[in-house]
Amino acid sequence: MRLAQHMAVASERVTATAIEATEFPDLSRSYRVMAVPKIVINDRVEFEGALPEPQFLEAVLRAVPSAAS
Amino acid sequence: MPILNARDQEAVRKEFERIQGPVKLVVFSQELVAGDLCRQNEQLVREVAELDDRITVEVLNPVIDRERAEAYGVDQVPAIVVEGARDYGIRFLGIPSGYEFSNLIDSIIVASSGEAGLSDATKTSLAELTGDVHIKVFSTPT
Repeated sequence: MRLAQHMAVASERVTATAIEATEFPDLSRSYRVMAVPKIVINDRVEFEGALPEPQFLEAVLRAVPSAAS
Repeated sequence: MPILNARDQEAVRKEFERIQGPVKLVVFSQELVAGDLCRQNEQLVREVAELDDRITVEVLNPVIDRERAEAYGVDQVPAIVVEGARDYGIRFLGIPSGYEFSNLIDSIIVASSGEAGLSDATKTSLAELTGDVHIKVFSTPT
């Protein structure tokens, strides 16, 4: 969550929501949360485990449809 | 009985020395939906806010305060919105305990300054985003 919340502060386009998986079982089930932390970006890109900042950013960029595609 | 013991309070107070400006924690509670969890969440937020007078707390009910809940995009409880000079889009769904507790503290500090602790390269890339990005981070209290 740390990187996500810092990105939210850095950009008005980014929001970050931390979800306590056991308190929201329906939400966790619908996102197939098997291991934590699980990160889901724009419901398009997802990964498990912490990533270093450059790789996290890369995942964020992949989740945004580029103007060219 | 307090949730934070004296040692937790001391550690958080030390972290809060880095707070730069006012922060508002908007708590969403709904007794009928998740009474126990909402009460614990509210208590935790109030205990945190008591550690620094630049932090204020507002408690809303998503049904009674429906328009504001919609504006914040909150439809589940318990939830916390961390606001600084503006609403940065930081939300916690569920009680932020364990590792998420340190993220709550970190989010208060970063929201207080509006200064993200990211590399210049990351900030530049984020400034060039052409679409909205919604990041969900699922975790457990351990």
